[in-house]
Amino acid sequence: MPLLDRNGHREDRWTRSEGAAIGNIPAALVPWEVLVEALDTQEPEQVIGVLIPNNISFAELAPFLPRLALVAIAFPAYGDGRGFSLARQIRRAGFAGEIRASGPLIADQFAYALSCGFDTIELPEASAARQPVPQWLNAKDSFSATYQRGYGESGRNVLDQRRAARAAALNAAE
Amino acid sequence: MAAQAKRVPLPAILLANDLLDGDVVFASADAAGPLAWTRDPALALVANDDAAAEQLEGFAAAELRGNKVVDAYLVDIAIESGSPVPRHFRERFKTLGPSNRPDLGKQAGEGIASAPKG
Amino acid sequence: MYRYDEFDERFVRERVAQFTDQVARRLDGSLTEDEFKPLRLKNGVYLQLHAYMLRIAVPYGTLNSRQLRQLALIGERYDRGYGHFTTRQNLQFNWPKLRDVPAILGLLADVEMHCIQTSGNCIRNVTADHFAGVAQDEIEDPRPTAELIRQWSSAHPEFSYLPRKFKIAVTGAEADRAVIKAHDIGLRLRRHPDTHETCYEISVGGGLGRTPMIGKVVRDYLPKKDLLAYLEAIMRVYNLEGRRDNKYKARVKILVHEIGAEEFTRRVEAEFALLDGPSINADPEEAARIAAYFAPPRYETLPAVSNTLEAAKAANPAFARWVEVNTAPHKVPGYAALTISLKPIGQAPGDATSEQMRLVADLAERYSFDELRVTHAQNLVLPHVRQRDLFAIWHQLGEAGLASANVGLVTDIISCPGLDYCALATARSIPIAQAIQSRFADEARQREIGPLGIKISGCINACGHHHVGHIGILGLEKRGIESYQITLGGDDTENAAIGEILGPGLAAEEVPDAIERIVSVYLAARSEGESFIDNVRRIGLAPFKAAFQETARAAA
Repeated sequence: MPLLDRNGHREDRWTRSEGAAIGNIPAALVPWEVLVEALDTQEPEQVIGVLIPNNISFAELAPFLPRLALVAIAFPAYGDGRGFSLARQIRRAGFAGEIRASGPLIADQFAYALSCGFDTIELPEASAARQPVPQWLNAKDSFSATYQRGYGESGRNVLDQRRAARAAALNAAE
Repeated sequence: MAAQAKRVPLPAILLANDLLDGDVVFASADAAGPLAWTRDPALALVANDDAAAEQLEGFAAAELRGNKVVDAYLVDIAIESGSPVPRHFRERFKTLGPSNRPDLGKQAGEGIASAPKG
Repeated sequence: MYRYDEFDERFVRERVAQFTDQVARRLDGSLTEDEFKPLRLKNGVYLQLHAYMLRIAVPYGTLNSRQLRQLALIGERYDRGYGHFTTRQNLQFNWPKLRDVPAILGLLADVEMHCIQTSGNCIRNVTADHFAGVAQDEIEDPRPTAELIRQWSSAHPEFSYLPRKFKIAVTGAEADRAVIKAHDIGLRLRRHPDTHETCYEISVGGGLGRTPMIGKVVRDYLPKKDLLAYLEAIMRVYNLEGRRDNKYKARVKILVHEIGAEEFTRRVEAEFALLDGPSINADPEEAARIAAYFAPPRYETLPAVSNTLEAAKAANPAFARWVEVNTAPHKVPGYAALTISLKPIGQAPGDATSEQMRLVADLAERYSFDELRVTHAQNLVLPHVRQRDLFAIWHQLGEAGLASANVGLVTDIISCPGLDYCALATARSIPIAQAIQSRFADEARQREIGPLGIKISGCINACGHHHVGHIGILGLEKRGIESYQITLGGDDTENAAIGEILGPGLAAEEVPDAIERIVSVYLAARSEGESFIDNVRRIGLAPFKAAFQETARAAA
């Protein structure tokens, strides 16, 4: 399925495995249900990712994070925003691997997804066909700054920009 | 058969809202011409049988796909004074306009070429 | 009032460009209707029965004259010369074309306005006490809080795809004029008894609709500086755990109800404890920056009682009655907060023509420090009027048909647009309001009856707040005709209560008789000075039910 990151189209190095038998797949993306089993067979050079449904709690996932290189969160529909909060919780726990949104998202959600900690978006073919990559890149930069502190790149929020403007005004006055 | 089970009783007309303008529009046809949209409910094509209803449904699907209209569906009607009138009060309002503002909407002739202005 | 800085200006302009692009992508097929619909809703564009509808945010109900004039202009240029003020202090236009919406948004941005999040499953326009900053019973002005939340909730990356809509209301007064207990989150500014610091009392899980609920207090005293982090905690718990399997069970009130207020509070507090407040909250300097915009205007020093006003009242009884009914005490001597009724007998409640908007804008500019308010009761307020100017204002309003002396009385009916406009409605609301108004048109009789709130919704979604009306009317469809269910005993104040159903549904033409009978029971049973709602509370529903059943029998 087509994959995007903040720079546009991206080759997917991950191979989906429907069951726990991941053999010697170098980067294996396994369903949540078989994660424990797959981790049991993990080879030293092998990396494992998991595709989780968006209704599991962060607490269920947390113990596995140190052994994962990818967490893909399913978006059953683009209007189902649970994945945004899950990604936030995963990032807050210090997870440094890839977080992927998997489902029929729309370009207008790209900036939100990146701000909440997602790195990549994996789209169904039909969504990708209707919304080519340039639309995603364009939508990503719809707002040059947003109002919430602590989401996305620091300095790209209005509260920090106002703080900086205040500091600059103070300096200028001195 | 499933589609027929859900279809409203006949006779029926097809109405929708124009995607760009939002106005209520009705599927209409000249004698043997292709279907087109009109803003005048009196000109709505009345489907009296399954074949005619299927033609309206096909037109609705194509026009939805073609991004011409939204919210297209069949409405069961009765013929009153020679014109189709929806049986349900909700749909009747769509052919008229707000009941508290007789000066606005189709009841005031808006978008209807044949209607007297003013 | 608040003014945009460069960042706010840029944000709103970028939002206009974004929506313009979204429309273009809808038209070229990049977005399906299913994908586009939530996007247009988040920008206030609905598809109604006859046309699109555009809902414009009036943040916490505050407007200046320039903004109201712009709304008047938009009404004339792109609509049918009138707009409808809503129970969420917003303004709706009923006939815009989708093709014109980008241009309208541009005109709004020119006067620091927008349609952001006036619909959709996101945090909606924040509402507040319409007497904010002027009420005598106010502890602190709620508007700086409301503005802070407006900004924080705009295009929130995490909370823009919630299970369902989310409404926040703020009050800073003793009396609740913002219906905070019927909101997903209700905030009340109050002083801590020990520290005397101003804090927030936070209620969650109020809401009307299919399952009406009164909000539960989850925090008695939250320090002001912690607000955004605490809101983030509430929203995260809701976003993750609110039900998404059934849209009628998706509001936060159902989550609070199902797991219990105590457990909900525990989860919110646990999340809040994990948050690093300073990295989320607004700086004290930012809070002060916003608050400075709401500093009191430069009032004159005036005597508490205006001789000019008193003389005019003595000479003109109709004017005296209007003053008595439509003005509220102001915290500054010699001033009054004036409510302009948008409920003239026989008009659609909350509708105003472009001409009327311009007149009110002129009056605000001349007599009220250029400020006006929209109330959740669908009226307008000039918040700072010198008492001695009231007579001149009354004259000008009278010429425009806006001098009805009925604020808070039986004809000051709250009504949603109902099936005359709304695609969701199951029955009409406006004609019911008009029929009741006509029945009770006599002003002396209205005053004799006293404060009585009738609220009408044309469907179970309850935009007309019928559950919290002293008398509530809900329009439904029964066997192919419109049918109206009457509730009694609702209350939208600090004593919030959900009304109870009196009996079987009535046909439209029976409703005025039913109201008449309910009112008669009250008039016969009330004690000296007892208001309608107090009387209902004291004598209970039984006598009203009995009278109501007579209406039902008479009709049968």
